[in-house]
Amino acid sequence: MSRQVVVPFGPQHPVLPEPVHLDLVLEDERVVEAIPRIGYVHRGLEKLVEKRDYKDYIFIAERICGICSFIHSVGYSQGIEALMEIEVPARAEYLRTIWSEYSRLHSHLLWLGCFADSMGFENLFMQSWRIRESVLDVLEETTGGRVIQGSCKVGGVRKDIAAPQLEQMKEGLKTLQSEVDDLVAVFSDEPTIKSRTIGVGVLSKDEAWELGAVGPMLRGSGVRKDMRMLGYGAYEHLDFKPVAHDAGDCYSRCLVRAEEMSVSIDLIRQAIDSIPEGEIEVKVKGNPDGEYFSRVEQPRGEVLHFVKGGGKKNLLRHRVRTPTMANIPALVKTLAGCQMADVPVIVLSIDPCIGCMER
Amino acid sequence: MRKEEQETIEVTLQTLASEVQKQKDLGSRLVQICCARIGDDFELHYSFEREATDSPFKFTDLKLVTDGGSPIGSVTGIFFAAFGYENEIADLYGLKIEGNLLDFKGTFITTSVPYPFGKPAVTKKEGTS
Amino acid sequence: MGVFTITKMIVKSLIKGPDTRRYPAVPAKKTPLTRGHLVIEIEKCIYCGLCSMHCPADAIVVTKAERTWHIDRFKCIVCGGCVEYCPKDCLHLVPEYLAPQEKQQGDTYTGPEPVVVQEPVPASE
Repeated sequence: MSRQVVVPFGPQHPVLPEPVHLDLVLEDERVVEAIPRIGYVHRGLEKLVEKRDYKDYIFIAERICGICSFIHSVGYSQGIEALMEIEVPARAEYLRTIWSEYSRLHSHLLWLGCFADSMGFENLFMQSWRIRESVLDVLEETTGGRVIQGSCKVGGVRKDIAAPQLEQMKEGLKTLQSEVDDLVAVFSDEPTIKSRTIGVGVLSKDEAWELGAVGPMLRGSGVRKDMRMLGYGAYEHLDFKPVAHDAGDCYSRCLVRAEEMSVSIDLIRQAIDSIPEGEIEVKVKGNPDGEYFSRVEQPRGEVLHFVKGGGKKNLLRHRVRTPTMANIPALVKTLAGCQMADVPVIVLSIDPCIGCMER
Repeated sequence: MRKEEQETIEVTLQTLASEVQKQKDLGSRLVQICCARIGDDFELHYSFEREATDSPFKFTDLKLVTDGGSPIGSVTGIFFAAFGYENEIADLYGLKIEGNLLDFKGTFITTSVPYPFGKPAVTKKEGTS
Repeated sequence: MGVFTITKMIVKSLIKGPDTRRYPAVPAKKTPLTRGHLVIEIEKCIYCGLCSMHCPADAIVVTKAERTWHIDRFKCIVCGGCVEYCPKDCLHLVPEYLAPQEKQQGDTYTGPEPVVVQEPVPASE
């Protein structure tokens, strides 16, 4: 009869990008169950709707998270635009899509680096982040900020990209594609990475759907669902197919994210080729009234922005449900029964972004 | 811009469990549970999504309005994934939810002011800048 | 399937040199659109207070009577909202980052004295 020991994991841990706590109940080296604790970075941002009007609130919505900030602002703007029946011009939709896909690229490169670091492969971590720098340079040249872009607003976008700069971005995509291909080849073929991720943290298709998993966690278990299929933004005009793998372990989730990077590069190329001319914003008058759930695809999964307006310039409620919050039950399920040395790999494979989970 | 078709069903404290079970039988997944304080009442939204014949992303929302007096039955027996959202609502709004399978009893999100979202406006404590 | 992929990356970086910038010997990378800090042309300001009303961080304080415009640099998040709301276009974001400060000391700018036009005295009848 083995003894049960409780080992705390986090909030300070070398592999965790952001603080979360897990109480691991261990028997010898096997995890019997894991109990999560959150609340280390709760800022109560949603209460600021009472003080700021809905047009200025976009600056706060962007700063919920540092990695996925642009897509938060797109989700919020789309929610308000749906409530007030605003038609955003087509050029603004394409520009939002281009910046969202660059955001997704830099987030996946960041994750690949952290994933390699969780296995101890620091050289690969540094190489991934070196490639990520070129994506951040493009974001800074076109919007002014590396991580907080500040270019989306209710009714359109703030800045335009001129045609010669779009051509330069397209040229840069070629070098980026070849570097990403080299990097992905290491992740998919290296025997040490494979031996640490194949068969680890298995989540079956039914369990993933029932526990409410989203994003690559769901697509790594074989369910082909992606919020970009809803057709918001410019996605209804672009040729897009979601990536899914069937095994349900950490290796297939890694492959899903790696292949999504190539899909993003292809989407940016298509968007630059077919971007229409025109205005980039419309004037917004009046106040929002009613409620709407705006769903957008972040790099980590489906994010939901619930906006409820009462006819005044302050919203009644703004709620953000981030993908990490939806993946926590799936994490608790996959951790049960694994070895203690696999815990960092499994925790990283849900792509934890605790800053936006707790707002 | 494409606006999604979203269906809203009003429920009461008594019919909540049966409506949630209906959604589970249809094969939905739980998307989120949200709480809003409108005036003196609390409004809860239970959102589900399923694959239906008319659309692959059919979104249904159950809306429950309560004054916070009586406790709300937990849905973790039907959807285990609800434990996080229900703990968060109990900690931030001060509503009582009974029957939660993984109940943190008020320690999920600890704030210096208890139930900050349940009050209309939080005033600063004396002595803090 | 690639062989020696990491070795190739390492050899390339040995030949090319380090990828990181030797800051502060080499100045930081800037683009024309980089949001460094906020400057004001105080001569054009009409002290309407729109920038202060719409600041998400409450960093700007405008007093019309004394003609001062005060910004708390620690609170400013350099979002650019005030630049859009200003009716006289006197606020700009420039790419230079400010030097680190230890104590919070905002910047106050006082506008010029208003020019008083003397009414010509009507000639007495």
